[in-house]
Amino acid sequence: MSPALIAALPFLGALLPAIAAQAGRSAAALAAGAVTLAALAGLLAHAPAVLAGGTVTAHLDWVPSLGLAASFRLDGLSLMFAGLILGIGALIILYARFYLAEDEDVGRFLSTLLMFQGAMTGVVLTDNILMLLVFWELTSLSSFLLIGWWQDRPEGRQGARMALAVTGGGGLAMIAGMMILGQIAGTYEISDIIARGAEIKASPLYLPALVLILIGAFTKSAQFPFHFWLPHAMAAPTPVSAYLHSATMVKAGLYLMARLWPALAGTPEWTAIVATAGLVTMLVGAKIAFFKDDLKALLAFSTVSHLGLITFLLGLGTKAAATAAMLHILAHASFKAALFMVAGIVDHAAHTRDIRRLGGLARAMPVTFALAAVAALSMAGIPPLNGFLSKEAMLTEAAASGLLVAALATIGAMFSVAYSLRFLAHTFLGKPRKALAHPPHDPGPGLWAAPAVLVGIVIASGLLPMATFGPFVDAAAGAVTGGPVHAHLALWHGLEPPALWLSLAAVGGGLMVLGGWPRLRALWDAAPRPEAKAMFDATLSGLVSLARMVTDALHGGGLPRALAITTAALLAGGAWAFLTGSHSPGTRAMLPLEAAPMVVWAVLMAATLAVAALHRNRLLALLLTGIVGLLLAAAFAWASAPDLALTQIAVEVVAILLMLLALNFLPRQTPVESSRLRRARDLGLAALAGLGTGALAFALMTREAAFAPISAFHWAQSKPGAGGTNAVNTIIVDFRGYDTYGEIIVLGIAALVIFALAETLLASRRATARLAALDTGGNAGDPHPVMTAIGLRFLLPMALMVGVYLFLRGHNLPGGGFVAGLVFAIALLLQYLASGYVWSSRRRRFDSHALIGAGVLVATATGAGAWVFGLPFLTSGYTYVKLPGIEKFELATAALFDLGVFFCVLGAVLLAIATLSRLAQHTPDRERRGG
Amino acid sequence: MEALFAIAIGALTFTGVYLMLRLRSFPMILGLTFISYAVNLFLFISGRLRSGAAPIVGTTDTPADPLPQALVLTAIVISFGMTAVIVMMSLGARFEGGDDRVDGGSDGPGNRPETTQ
Repeated sequence: MSPALIAALPFLGALLPAIAAQAGRSAAALAAGAVTLAALAGLLAHAPAVLAGGTVTAHLDWVPSLGLAASFRLDGLSLMFAGLILGIGALIILYARFYLAEDEDVGRFLSTLLMFQGAMTGVVLTDNILMLLVFWELTSLSSFLLIGWWQDRPEGRQGARMALAVTGGGGLAMIAGMMILGQIAGTYEISDIIARGAEIKASPLYLPALVLILIGAFTKSAQFPFHFWLPHAMAAPTPVSAYLHSATMVKAGLYLMARLWPALAGTPEWTAIVATAGLVTMLVGAKIAFFKDDLKALLAFSTVSHLGLITFLLGLGTKAAATAAMLHILAHASFKAALFMVAGIVDHAAHTRDIRRLGGLARAMPVTFALAAVAALSMAGIPPLNGFLSKEAMLTEAAASGLLVAALATIGAMFSVAYSLRFLAHTFLGKPRKALAHPPHDPGPGLWAAPAVLVGIVIASGLLPMATFGPFVDAAAGAVTGGPVHAHLALWHGLEPPALWLSLAAVGGGLMVLGGWPRLRALWDAAPRPEAKAMFDATLSGLVSLARMVTDALHGGGLPRALAITTAALLAGGAWAFLTGSHSPGTRAMLPLEAAPMVVWAVLMAATLAVAALHRNRLLALLLTGIVGLLLAAAFAWASAPDLALTQIAVEVVAILLMLLALNFLPRQTPVESSRLRRARDLGLAALAGLGTGALAFALMTREAAFAPISAFHWAQSKPGAGGTNAVNTIIVDFRGYDTYGEIIVLGIAALVIFALAETLLASRRATARLAALDTGGNAGDPHPVMTAIGLRFLLPMALMVGVYLFLRGHNLPGGGFVAGLVFAIALLLQYLASGYVWSSRRRRFDSHALIGAGVLVATATGAGAWVFGLPFLTSGYTYVKLPGIEKFELATAALFDLGVFFCVLGAVLLAIATLSRLAQHTPDRERRGG
Repeated sequence: MEALFAIAIGALTFTGVYLMLRLRSFPMILGLTFISYAVNLFLFISGRLRSGAAPIVGTTDTPADPLPQALVLTAIVISFGMTAVIVMMSLGARFEGGDDRVDGGSDGPGNRPETTQ
């Protein structure tokens, strides 16, 4: 199975439990389990090759120029992590089947769990850091859903939010770090990056990249000072805690540090940051864990401590330490997941997780006790269990790093012994503290089977480490350090190694600490402690109010202020670019001044400035706007753009008509509201914007293009390639047909939006009441004079004929679907104008919606027609036809496409304007509008 | 001629920006129209100015650049669609909200008109 498929399988399978849940909890769990086991089988099929030192890759280029590729790579490290994720995942699904109550939505739970599993598998299998980032964020999101599973519990929601804020925030920092790393290495492929370690470590950007990436890793793996979110995430259902917060998600940060170890580790900075953070986390976590009364909180802080231990080992930067880290990742995952499941079983049986209320459960729950005992002793590092092996390896490395480090590591191990034994002794041994409501008893095998498998692994790997964990640790450590590793795992190394004595000291000290429990507890209760949640909440509310302040300052709901700030920012950016750059006058020869265009220019300038000055008289301003638009058409005509001139004229007519209609519903005058100062500010902004745009346009026109325009191709191919002589039209319907296709769809959508807005408006009682009370005032005596009506009815066929003419000649001469559609629309709208909405609507035989749809369909069908000939979408063809009576003419599929454009434009314009007219039917003077 | 076009683009932008910054919807719509004019003209001149050389094969050997023309042609039509949507939205605000202000204020009793910010 391809590594890509292994990562994709949980995502694809996430649908199954939700569907299977119809048939009950077991069916959902079976479906989820089958998906997980299938992925695991696919993974293990590669195991022999990978354990022998090989790698399996899958590569799919997406945007190679941006370094975007879907590449997956399975090596020893990925194999170990993916095996953990999928193997423990299968056990968790079994456990969750029996843990969740009957009335819970098990299907949704397992679907979310599978999505998390897929994201996690993706993180460890991908070979591209950009994809890794995506999977990384997906684990944050899916874990958010899982932690907040019990949405009705405030601590669940708060815990989920905190976890998302911390890990998501760290993820943002990591994105920046990864981008820098990619820039330094010149590639986003992990396998290439780690091959360039020396280059990366020598770069001046190494430290910023390292710090940013470590923030991401530390937040995810709950390293000091970001460790506080993990205990709050314990509000999650226990299967989630066992899966995400002991075995997998919190190890993602460790995975990342191990993955990038060759690229980043080994420098003094790396050791200083990573080893220190790890050691501090280990000590702080272990100490707090000892004093926690909630079983899951105790386990959560112990997880923090153990993650610190592994981080510390990775931070040391030596080969042996990295090997020890791999060993402890495996050991910790096995015993800690089992302990979480045991805590869940106790919670189910005794209805409490408070150690102070528990005790003496060993007799009532012998199976659970046995499982807890093995797992807890392994956590304490007691031989012959796997926890002993990894703890000894850790102490060996610590002893090699100096006396202080060795002492601190031993203290950490000591507390680890103390809390492990406290977990065991205060829960299961002694006398029952308090009569519990229901006498506790062992659960059915469904609930203890999963932890039993894990405990079996704990024992087996303790007794026979070389046969069980050995190959995996060797392969993983080999992948991390980039060389073959042969770890010698054994319970007994003789009397010489200092680790043995440190281990003994830790166990002895741990027993003494546990013996002094009541006194230490009193000290702990008396000492002041920082409350992480309060600090987090205060920080968060501070950030929220800061964000609100900035938002209110930038756009407090008013459009003018937001636009003024945007304009000012654009101007500042432009000014900065201009002032910091160098510039020289353009050298391109200018066209000589001509008299007629100068007159047009003078009128256009006068009208434009008059609109700004006289805009309070809205009707006048609108008329002046129309003049400006028509003069613009003249400018286009002068500057060799007859197509644009035609379109501009037609659109101008329609647009002015539209705004005239709108003005019917709006006040005729704009009141004076803004102060003199504000108007001066706006004038200043507008003047600067005008100056900047004008100067930019001038600079552009007085220079030659930096590169030869690509339109030389369009020009040369217009006739031979597209069969038309009008290059503008052939670009629209042929060369850039895809753009046009998108544009007519947008136009159609715009018209439909207008229709939908009007429907909403007319459905609102308040709006229709206001419409009915509208004083439109000042109507002409006769809204539909007979002369106009009759005259325009005569004009209709002629106008339509002009439209047809423009359409037909469009491919070779100025014209085409856009213009023809507009001309048709104007011809029809004139009838509305002359004879009224009711009269015209009654005589209209087609529906604007259908026209828009037909236009898009015709264009689509034309485009798809190319497929019949085995050509790409929208490839056009043409031929020449000779009919008797008329001269030879050309038939092009592009003309059919243009017909689609025509229909769409016609439908959109008609729908937009007719919708506005429809509003008028709800105003008081509608009687006079009827026809 | 280049200078005339540049000045015209500047003037169109000036009026457009000034009207966009007004407090009522109708001037804002006009402002948007003017900005569309300015932007379309700007895009158009990116093909450089040339008179009497429409890009029709057979009529000239040194045509004006047809590509910006094609882009602007569709832009003109899309501008219309956009203006129409904004017009409808402002009518919606007018009849749902009761006035045609766009500055977040209200013409209702007890609300003062917006002054300097």
